[in-house]
Amino acid sequence: MQNRSYESVMARRKEIMKASVGVDYDKYELEGIAFDYEALMRDTSYPIEEIRKIQSETGVGDTPLIELKNITRLVRTISEPGKGARIFLKDEATNPSGSFKDRRASVSVARAKELGYKGVIAATSGNYGAAVASQSMKRALKCIVVQECYDSKGKGQPEILEKARACEAYGAEVAQLTVGPELFYYFLLLLEETGFFNASLYTPYAIAGIESLGYEIVEQSNRMIGMNPDYVLATHAGGGNLTGTARGLRKAGAKETQVVGVSVDLSGLHMASNRDFNRKSFTTGHTGFGIPFAVLPDRSDVPRNAARALRYMDRYLLVTQGEVFYVTEMLARLEGLQRGPAGNTSLTAAIALARELPEDKTIVVQETEYTGAGKLPSAQLTFAKENGIEIVRGDPLALDAPGKTISIPENHSQIAYKEVNMTDLRRSYIKQLIRREITLIESDYEYLSEELKTDVAKVKELVKEVSANVDSEN
Amino acid sequence: MSAIKGQWVQIHRILLDIGERAPSVPEDTKNVPLELRIRGFLIEEKAEVGEMVTVETASGRRVHGKLEFVEPTHEHNFGDNIPELSEAGIELTRWLTGGDRDAE
Repeated sequence: MQNRSYESVMARRKEIMKASVGVDYDKYELEGIAFDYEALMRDTSYPIEEIRKIQSETGVGDTPLIELKNITRLVRTISEPGKGARIFLKDEATNPSGSFKDRRASVSVARAKELGYKGVIAATSGNYGAAVASQSMKRALKCIVVQECYDSKGKGQPEILEKARACEAYGAEVAQLTVGPELFYYFLLLLEETGFFNASLYTPYAIAGIESLGYEIVEQSNRMIGMNPDYVLATHAGGGNLTGTARGLRKAGAKETQVVGVSVDLSGLHMASNRDFNRKSFTTGHTGFGIPFAVLPDRSDVPRNAARALRYMDRYLLVTQGEVFYVTEMLARLEGLQRGPAGNTSLTAAIALARELPEDKTIVVQETEYTGAGKLPSAQLTFAKENGIEIVRGDPLALDAPGKTISIPENHSQIAYKEVNMTDLRRSYIKQLIRREITLIESDYEYLSEELKTDVAKVKELVKEVSANVDSEN
Repeated sequence: MSAIKGQWVQIHRILLDIGERAPSVPEDTKNVPLELRIRGFLIEEKAEVGEMVTVETASGRRVHGKLEFVEPTHEHNFGDNIPELSEAGIELTRWLTGGDRDAE
């Protein structure tokens, strides 16, 4: 039997990964820091027509696009004359397991089946677990979902407990761990023990699966309003949602559409902290994943992450937990759509953004998720109170404090966003490289220009600036 | 509490003890072990809570651990009434259904 200590399992990481993903990532490595992203996506995935066919086999996709007329009308009551963009919502909760994650899982699981694996494993505390479980059963594969679920007192986050229930309901095994990034260690042990497929959120298949979402938005938008949307807002965590959607938009020809990432602001809370774990009301779609994954995408569980948000993101907006809960209430009350709060993160920013834009502009919010026990605002706020978080009614801009206070807006005029400076994000990306003492070669600048969605001259300027700052820190 | 062969149970085990945790984790996490909880059908004829047992999981794996719960249930729920939230909700409904001049 192989050594099961943390160090020796982590040392076997590369071979375990290679056997479990079915992708030879080494083939795509280029000189310097670069790799051939487009070739990886092309060779190891499927064209959009094939993706849509795979998804239709398991009932995934073709979700409705709904105009939120009452919310738009409410926004216009507080906008300047002529302002208040139209808001549309892609109701992804109508996918088989209740979220857009079915798109991601469908292609991964189909690939696992095609490659002859007997089962799949996914490391996820989110909706992706239920999606992989549901898709696995449809393809007659075994499924194990590994979750980070409890703190050291054995207290489970209600939303994650609900996802465990859903996974179990589909017939998956659920392994629930306490807080810590060593979940990855156990995940590797399981891959090694079972020989199952790694249904990572970050493989080319997983990302290609979301391209259909962007593609459908363009088709539906043209059918409904005769043009492409001006803005598409995507909740941003690991980067897959935004990357896949943006790629789909481009494939469908929407090259001018602005792609905006949105996260819940959880600054100040440490994601690997046992103490902080149950002091947050959002388990994903927050800055704790959003920022680290944007500035260092290859921190994921595969050698090269196919989710590369900064390649596609035009703007990055942050909202607070209390605002998202308020908007979740609003979606139910004004549009008759009761959906899960985490899925309404980008809708929250859409409301603030719509207020500033002319009436003839259109915003598409590209997801919703299912709701129910554990996943309702009331369930999360009850849990927050039990963990010593104060719930107040007031302006979130003044009162929100992650881990301490959740502020429910007094009215819709208090819904606002904080804008993250994109140049700062690009600087942070470069800082990650410089910190690892990587010497850049000429071809790296081309690669970085694509990675950071900015021209080579700007990349060079940023590298110079960041290097000088890092040197002075040392 | 005891369980018999074939009963649905939850087991618990320590995966990494204090001192074995990854160097990167923050102090408060380093000071507690990494624990695993998993559910499955009991393999042994009979066992008491607290005893080391084996279960067969939904994916057919056999896993060892300390018996923690017999026939574990899902206890997460819809939560309590949250006054701040229900207040916000009724304000929105009133606006929608005629409490405001702007509404049609």
